[in-house]
Amino acid sequence: MSESAGANGPKPSSSVKLVLLGEAAVGKSSLVLRFVNNDFQENKEPTIGAAFLTQKCALPTRTIKFEIWDTAGQERFASLAPMYYRNAQAALVVYDVTKPSSLTKAKHWVAELQRQASPGIVIALVGNKLDLTNDGGDTSAAPETETESAGPDGDEAAGEEGEEQDATPGDARKVSTREASGYADEEGLLFFETSAKTGTNVVDVFTAIANAIPESSLKTGRGAAGAGGQNTLGGRSGDDSRVNLGDRNAATAKEGCAC
Amino acid sequence: MNAPQLTQCDSRDEPVNENTVPSNHSSSHAARDSSPSSEGERPPLPPRPSTLSLLNDESASRATRQAGPTTAVSRTDIDTQTNEVPGSAYPSLAIRGISQGLKAKASLGHLTSSRGSEAGDTASIRSSVQNGDVGDVDALFKDFVASAPEGHLESTGLLHFPEFPADNVDDDEFLTEFDPVGEIDEDAGNEDLLLERFKAKKKHYLILSAAGKPIWTRHGDGGLISTYVGIIQTIISFYEESEDQLKSFSAGDTKFVIVTHGPLHLVAISRMMESETQLRLQLEALYMQILSTLTLPSLSHLFSIRPSTDLKRPLQGSETLLSSLADSFTRGSPSTLLSALECLKIRKQHRQSINNALLKTKASNLLYGLVVAGGRLVSVVRPKKHSLHPGDLQLLFNMVFEADGVKAGGGESWIPICLPGFNSSGYLYMYVSFLDLRGEVDENEDISKDESVAIVLISPDKESFFEMQGMRDAFVDQMEKNGSLKVIRAAIDQGRPATTDIVPGSVLHHFLYKSRANVQFTMSSFAPTFNSIVRRRRLMSIYNNLHASIHAKNTHVKVHHCVSRSASSFAWVTPVFEFYCVAEPNANRNALVQSATKIAQWVQHEEERLFIIGGAVF
Repeated sequence: MSESAGANGPKPSSSVKLVLLGEAAVGKSSLVLRFVNNDFQENKEPTIGAAFLTQKCALPTRTIKFEIWDTAGQERFASLAPMYYRNAQAALVVYDVTKPSSLTKAKHWVAELQRQASPGIVIALVGNKLDLTNDGGDTSAAPETETESAGPDGDEAAGEEGEEQDATPGDARKVSTREASGYADEEGLLFFETSAKTGTNVVDVFTAIANAIPESSLKTGRGAAGAGGQNTLGGRSGDDSRVNLGDRNAATAKEGCAC
Repeated sequence: MNAPQLTQCDSRDEPVNENTVPSNHSSSHAARDSSPSSEGERPPLPPRPSTLSLLNDESASRATRQAGPTTAVSRTDIDTQTNEVPGSAYPSLAIRGISQGLKAKASLGHLTSSRGSEAGDTASIRSSVQNGDVGDVDALFKDFVASAPEGHLESTGLLHFPEFPADNVDDDEFLTEFDPVGEIDEDAGNEDLLLERFKAKKKHYLILSAAGKPIWTRHGDGGLISTYVGIIQTIISFYEESEDQLKSFSAGDTKFVIVTHGPLHLVAISRMMESETQLRLQLEALYMQILSTLTLPSLSHLFSIRPSTDLKRPLQGSETLLSSLADSFTRGSPSTLLSALECLKIRKQHRQSINNALLKTKASNLLYGLVVAGGRLVSVVRPKKHSLHPGDLQLLFNMVFEADGVKAGGGESWIPICLPGFNSSGYLYMYVSFLDLRGEVDENEDISKDESVAIVLISPDKESFFEMQGMRDAFVDQMEKNGSLKVIRAAIDQGRPATTDIVPGSVLHHFLYKSRANVQFTMSSFAPTFNSIVRRRRLMSIYNNLHASIHAKNTHVKVHHCVSRSASSFAWVTPVFEFYCVAEPNANRNALVQSATKIAQWVQHEEERLFIIGGAVF
């Protein structure tokens, strides 16, 4: 559903600036690599600074061109992060389902984004490395609207039951789906568990984000992303109500005041 | 040539001592065989006056050797060189030659001399040798003659035999040098195995804080080797307590070199026959990498507020840069050895048009702009008042081409980097984008590493990513239009010339030429003789030793010729250039010198293609 090769002739195309944040070694670059090149590298070297990539995502009604800032997770780069999220319309905050401290770090990023980023920013909380858990291949956390498949990477888990479960013996999972999704609900974030290694849910994350960006905030054509015209996002649903994950319109919920 | 049998100098179990293995093959005949003889039961021969019968072997070629005006080689030069062997092998030979009984003394003397004094152990011992122990030296040479029984196995191909025992490995074995040691099990059951693997490495680098905290090690993690770190820390601080500084010491064939910068100790431990100076340069480069990550003020600040700071955390993620840098030293890097850069050979006029394109599209926030093809510089644009420092470029190339963090990302990168040679107190921001000259994916990764072309644009403004991106687009556009991309691609495809392309029928198999004024070097292709990593390592060992010999302190050697069982090599230094080359072991010296002369002439003729002279300046 989101192959860039999709017929995008007549459809309007807009660019979305997206930033990835999260602790070092949770798999941010691997998620991007899976999304952009449908590729995976074992033992990837840490990102230095930040990498800028683009990828198109075809929705039924329009084409979204993601301009992705894949930032380095090391602490010494943290002070540069505002530069990348300042005008972003979307953020992927990534943690590692086998490492509780990475969720804590993710929460810090979410808080910082809510405080400092554009008011309407769409934030997705992503628990990566699902392949290391017992429910490795399944789509346990996928929202109902996204159950069909993960797209071109041949998601082997397409038909499986998505059932939540906590850590079991022999399972590397240290962060339960319930805990993370509960937090995501409270904060009004999109929530996914993914595996960049197997491709599970990866494209779904980006598709869900594309869908969650309010139509009104999309500028058409290829604008210079540095122009900084993104602060007019339509995130006016300032209530803290639970968001129906995957719902196209409600994902921007967050507190109304940005600062 | 009476090629001496290469011997195992397996003296690692000895007490601390000078090198047992000759680190300098200019003395190769003597060194190679005297060393085992001194190890053996047989007492060394007493000193006796001599006719230097060793040299008789060479006398034939010597007589016919052209002391020609072409190379400005004079016979005296060669003789001087032969007798005045620089490097650490010499003193150790002398010590051994004198008497086994002196060993303990020698090692003591060695210890005392290695603390403190600028010149270090080797120099101090050598000076005593120079004070007229000629007799001993002669004895050594005698010794060699007497003990060179199986010297002539069949004559050999170039570097079919390793020049040094440390290089006596095959490809697979050498590659294990770079394998991880592994991690300790939860119950530490595999600790012995890991330690064994750790000890099998030929080369180690350790960085620790003055307070003794391990910061980074190339092999093994902190837990595994903490005892070793503790020992080194103890040794270093022992000297510090007496207001002295330990610079280096040797144990068997292993050399330890220590560089201290403020709160950091950097230690290199090598069994690869590198000189102290060379190891020191490598450690300096690692230190520069740390500065490049942190900047000097923040490094000092971290330690001034808390001397026991654990630097691992601030350095997190840059370990791979340190490791890839270290590995390039272990593999052997002409660039580091010569402290110079290599450029892609293209016509002057082609380079000019790339320069012009850079100047034309220059963004206002640009500080430096570089086009780099697989570690070879294609073009540079820079402000008039700032030149580029080779050390900085080495870090930069290492980051862009050797460490995978940048390239594997697949996109464009924006990297804060401190270039310590330019200014160690702050960050610059580096835009990196790789050009796709091929269209299709390369099947071989090694090739693609050599072939990848990067545009590197450096700005002092951290917000200028999109400005740099715009410049890159315009610049690549220009290069597309004026055909420069094709030129670059063709130059990459052509590769480095073989020595026989330059001098048909040349006896030389490889050469390095450094232009001193330009701080750049050029070299011939490694293929076909040095394709394998081990052959290349052996080649680099020979260069290391030539380089060490010709740059040894207190010598003014201009020409240096060595012959061993596996290769003959030749170094030639003038105020303009440094030239190093390697040929078959039985290569005719005349032919060798003639080829060297021709190549030097060729380089000077092609100078403006081989080197970037001036570059684009704004």
